[in-house]
Order: sequence, then structure tokens, then C-alpha cells
Amino acid sequence: MEVRKGLLYSKEHEWVQEVSDSLVRIGITAYAQDQLGDIVYIELPEVNAQVTEGEPFTVVESVKAASDVYSPVTGTIAAVNEKLEDSPELINESPYDDGWIVEVKSSEFDFSNLMTAEEYESYLKEV
Amino acid sequence: MAEKTPLYEKHVALGARMTEFAGFFMPLQYTGIVGEHQNVRTAVGVFDLSHMGEILVTGSKAQDFLNYVTTNDVSSLTPGAVQYNLLTNENGGVIDDILIYRVPEGFYLVVNAANKDKDFQWLSSHKLDETAVVDLSPSTALLAVQGPNALPVIEKVLEYELESMRYYSFADLLYHGERIRVSRTGYTGEDGFEIYLPPHLAPQLWEELLAVGKPYGIQPIGLGARDTLRLEMRMSLYGNELTEEITPLEAGLGKFVDFDKGDFIGREALLKQKAAGVKQKLVGFVLKERGIPRQGYKILKQGQPIGFVTSGSMSPSTQKAIGLGYVDSEHAKAGNIIEIEIRNQKVPAEIIKGRFVIKKK
Repeated sequence: MEVRKGLLYSKEHEWVQEVSDSLVRIGITAYAQDQLGDIVYIELPEVNAQVTEGEPFTVVESVKAASDVYSPVTGTIAAVNEKLEDSPELINESPYDDGWIVEVKSSEFDFSNLMTAEEYESYLKEV
Repeated sequence: MAEKTPLYEKHVALGARMTEFAGFFMPLQYTGIVGEHQNVRTAVGVFDLSHMGEILVTGSKAQDFLNYVTTNDVSSLTPGAVQYNLLTNENGGVIDDILIYRVPEGFYLVVNAANKDKDFQWLSSHKLDETAVVDLSPSTALLAVQGPNALPVIEKVLEYELESMRYYSFADLLYHGERIRVSRTGYTGEDGFEIYLPPHLAPQLWEELLAVGKPYGIQPIGLGARDTLRLEMRMSLYGNELTEEITPLEAGLGKFVDFDKGDFIGREALLKQKAAGVKQKLVGFVLKERGIPRQGYKILKQGQPIGFVTSGSMSPSTQKAIGLGYVDSEHAKAGNIIEIEIRNQKVPAEIIKGRFVIKKK
């Protein structure tokens, strides 16, 4: 399972890409989409909704079950990937690119609980 | 510690995601539920169902005994035929839904894996004199071959003509010199066969099916797709649509309840329910907006609770969110719009008649 270099990772298997000092892009990792199986639905949050680190902000559903997605950062939703409404399978096919889920803005992000790609790789070996 | 079927190593070697189900390690999926589902609808798939239970009932009073513990008329079974039937308790609640094969030595019951021990105890404690109830599950493996290409694959592997075998009938055949049981049955809505055989032959049959079936597009299919395949065909699953608190009449299985065959456990309660009219009915529904119904979600009508969801999924064949559930009978009409409560949102759904996917025969 690919762990992309240069991204930050949460223990709940979300990735964070720093777009700018005040904007990040968020998705779920290749490992997470593989564990979920075929994703058939995502309940996207509203733009301008507040998200809090460690709290669920959206739900992805595979054929078998619904699973919460936990926000890896605190901030405000700046954009959602509307393509996922009609093509949720993009999360399976392209978890780090076309399958991104939301962009979150904040004047000051706290990444202290997130892992580097190398740390996430070792973390995956333990789970 | 869960048990392994004789095909456990095959599943692991194929990279299956294994899950514990009814005390067995079973394959949930190999490559993905949606792809496996489509493969059964368009080509053919092979399932390991060795976790299922097989119980043999024999003796001079075996038929009377079975007629007393089930709802359907066992005496109508002709040799070589298979019957869908239900074990019910005194309240008419469903203990299990089963298949009964009329075999030369008596009656061969195929029961749900999760209910096997419960059924065996129920049967043993109610059996009449001169009847024997034997659990054959440990010495029985079960493979299912399902899909429009099932027939040519199974005929080539077993080297028997099976085209003339009728739906819900079976034959005992020889495979590598040993007796196996083959029935034209299944849980997918497709043509297909189920094969009961000694566990030591199961790996060989599995390999031969995959090899011979290759030009026919055969794939191994896990329990995940088994569930979506049966759901699209509106077939009930024990633990979801059927429980000891639900009667066959509520579940829409009245045609498998024969009140004229004589007394049976639950008859009185079911007769009473039939006379009074069932209070709740099983319905199928399709969501009209985004979302997926799941077991346990509330069903509402104008905001008031009228029932609950028993199964739900995205239908791989129709790409629609579909479900089954119980609603108060007054709301059960096809075309009625209900609401499914999904994470505090009310999503409208339409009750539909019949199966979610119509197969051309």
C-alpha cells in the first residue's frame, strides 16, 4: 500500500497535504481505502463547517458498512471534492490525488499529533 | 478460536480478506465485493459455504416429526426434491429457515451456520421415538457454483449431464469414486448448483472448478457479495429479516406455512395472527435521495416511527441504495413513500414490489 512521501498522516489513516500556510487538503490513505473495500457513498460536509482534530467530519460507506472519517486538523472547510458525490470510487482508485475529500483553512494549524510518511509506514506495521 | 473450513488455505493463498462468521474463518472478499457480485450476475462464481450445517433425520417417524417442527408440508416432498421450510417456536417466531432434501435414508436438512447448534438441540429435544437426528456438519463441505455460466462449468468438472436437473431438486453423484450431493439451488437469484461433499475432496473440487471455469470467467466469491446478491433478489437472511421475534407471515413467507397439514409447533399462534392480520410486514424499498440504509435504522412516515431496516446496501447491479425492513402493515403498500432515518436525516424511500433486480430467464 502506497504511503506518499511529503504528506502528514493521522493514526486514523487520514493524510494531510499542506497547500499553503493556511490551507490543507485531506483524504484517506491507500491503506484505509483498502481496508474499507469498495466505497459506494460519501456524505460530504458543508463548506464553512467547522472541523475539530480527532472528531468525525464525514462518513464513507463501503458495500458492507458506514465508517466515520476523523479530521486530522482543526479549522474550517474551504472546499469539498464534489466529484465524489457521483464517483465515490475515486477514493479507492486514487486515494492521494483525485480521491481527496476536503480542503480545510485555518490561520494556525497544529500538526503536532501527525506523523511523517516514514513514521506512518512504521505505524502501519504495528496495526 | 474459530474453525477453519477445508478451503481455508486456498482462501488465504488467493489473498482473501478473512472474517469470523458463525465460528468459522470465512472469506469476506477476494478482490472486492462489487466486482465479485457482478461476476456472478454476468458469468459465474464459486463460494465456499462449508460453514453451513447439515443434519440428517431418519427413522420410521421422521416425516411426522419434521412435519411437527416445521411450517411447510414435508409429506409433499418427492424423492430427489428440495424444499424451503421454516422451524418455528410456539409463538410462531422463526428459529431458522432451512432446506430439506428427501434422501433415500430420510431427510437431509441444511441449516444456517449460526443456528446449527440451536437447531440440533431443538430437533433433538422434540424428536419422536424411532427417529434419529445426526449432525453431519463436521463431515460435510459445501461449495456453491452460481451464475449464468454455472451449468457448463459444473457439467465439465463433474462429467454428468445436469441441464435436465430441475430447480430445487438434487442427485447423488460420484466424484473421484466418492458420493457427493448436487442440487440446483442457491442464494443469488442466478442459475446454479450447490455441492455437498466429504471435506477431503473439497480442495480438489475447488481447484478443478477454478481451472475448468477459467474460460467461463469463474471467480471465487466471498460472503460480502453473497449478501448483496441475495439482497437484490429480496431473499431473507436469518438474523436480519428472520428472528425468533418475527413470524413467517410477517416476513412474507406465508406460502411456506401449510395450516392444512396437521398440527405443528407455532400453528396456533400463526393461525391467530393470520386471522387478526399481521401488524407489521416486510417491505423492500429504494432510496430516492443520497444515502445508504443499514440494519437497525428507523423507518418513519411523516416523522413518526413506523418500523426498522433489516438489511441495506448499495445495489451493485442497479447502483441504487436498496433495503428491506419491517413497517406497520398500513404503510406497507408498494408506491408508498417512507423515510429512512440516516444519521438524524430523513431520506425519502419508495416501497417497491418484488425483487430489486429482474433476471431474464
